[in-house]
Amino acid sequence: MTDILKINENIIPKFPKHVKFRFNKARKEWVILAPERLVKLDPIAVEILQLVDGEKTVKIIASELSKKFNAPEETILTDVKEMLQDLSDKGFIQENG
Amino acid sequence: MDDINKTKLKKASEHGIQAPLALLAELSHRCPLQCPYCSNPVQLEKKTGELTTDEWKSVVDQAVEMGMHQIHLSGGEPTVRHDLEDIVEHCTEKGLYTNLITSGVLLNLDRLKKLEKLGLEHVQLSFQDTDTENADRIGGFKGGHEKKLEVAKWVREVDLPLTCNCVVHRQNIDNLENFIQMALDLDAERVEIAQVQYYGWALKNRAAFIPTPEQLDHATEIVEKARIDLKGKLVIDYVIPDYYAKHPKNCMGGWGRRFLNMNPKGDVLPCHAAETIPHLKFDNVREKSLKWIWENSEAFNLYRGTDWMPDPCKSCDRKEIDWGGCRCQAMALTGDAKNTDPACSISPLHSEIFSMAAEEARRAPPEFIYRRYGVRFNSPI
Ligand code: SF4
Ligand code: SF4
Repeated sequence: MTDILKINENIIPKFPKHVKFRFNKARKEWVILAPERLVKLDPIAVEILQLVDGEKTVKIIASELSKKFNAPEETILTDVKEMLQDLSDKGFIQENG
Repeated sequence: MDDINKTKLKKASEHGIQAPLALLAELSHRCPLQCPYCSNPVQLEKKTGELTTDEWKSVVDQAVEMGMHQIHLSGGEPTVRHDLEDIVEHCTEKGLYTNLITSGVLLNLDRLKKLEKLGLEHVQLSFQDTDTENADRIGGFKGGHEKKLEVAKWVREVDLPLTCNCVVHRQNIDNLENFIQMALDLDAERVEIAQVQYYGWALKNRAAFIPTPEQLDHATEIVEKARIDLKGKLVIDYVIPDYYAKHPKNCMGGWGRRFLNMNPKGDVLPCHAAETIPHLKFDNVREKSLKWIWENSEAFNLYRGTDWMPDPCKSCDRKEIDWGGCRCQAMALTGDAKNTDPACSISPLHSEIFSMAAEEARRAPPEFIYRRYGVRFNSPI
């Protein structure tokens, strides 16, 4: 594990190897899975996390979402940063690189 | 005994309970170690009774259909099974988050490489102490500790995430800081510091394990400090012995609410210690589907929800928080599984049992009763 990560718009987020972001077919829901951990996600979080691929920066993720939902990029960027920071504090997101 | 009218037992769906989240699969009770605190039942299952590869695969299919997320492959020692690779492959193909809980001593680098390729997602490796000699004495297996250290390196070498499982008690609790350091040195993501939970083998050995309240407070301080110092570097999960807690733990998230456990021969249990409650009748996956069992099995429905509770739990505002604590502990210590878990400070038996345990902690520890097949006990505790 690395030191505490401060999410900014230039960071490329990714899931650590032991963390899986998966769709449960029977329950029809996206969840984050880690040893002894299970995180249920709201629809906005799911939209964001679907774009976390270890290549896109936080800024690119926000701009794609702003296009998709036709919403101001500034607001979305704040939301994305906040959510990823929260997940990173819990050890579910790390920086690629 | 139980005077609940069994015909009126509510089923899972009538309690508003959804499918379980995870399956703890005890692939085998065989294990080269003999830890005297082992959570397996005192009556160990023999190899001949174990489910076959295909039977486990079918269980996995059913678990996925029900919507379960995770599977913990455990034991005994799951790596004694030569079909572990087949089972892992099947679990990951079906999309279950697959975790291996092992003592490690039977593993080699090639096998780990293979398991990683097949999609295994996480390894939990148990440690008995950080002191080599004492670790081997506790596990009853010479050379075990050295081997585990090597296995931990291999786990990281094949880039599998690692949790160190450390069971602490009066005979190793002074090494708590070393346990945490060991986890850091081994590049683990996570360390589980669990105090012994007293049922089955551990209850028979309670006097050998139970720490004094002072030892425990000191341990808790160390963990709390380490959690702050190592935030973002190492996740520390900590379980205190609930003898010394004010309220009992929310055991398994409530009886039959979130998890299920399967023993090697396919009995489906609400928790790994449920076989210590003698009047429970378990259903088996050789006869019924997992889904049917979760919904209907009497062993689950007997203690689901809160209808079965006597006072003080019945009129307590925490009854849907801790669900009255651990049924197995209530059984072991009060003789009736329905009673309030005596770990709870509200239980009328709490102070008596607590002081008995604290008294044991002050005396010199007795010899271990090792976990072995066919051990006979003269005086049941
Ligand atoms: S606790 Fe010890 S004896 Fe029991 S299964 Fe684990 S390693 Fe084997
Ligand atoms: S009395 Fe029962 S419900 Fe209340 S805290 Fe104790 S164990 Fe929990």
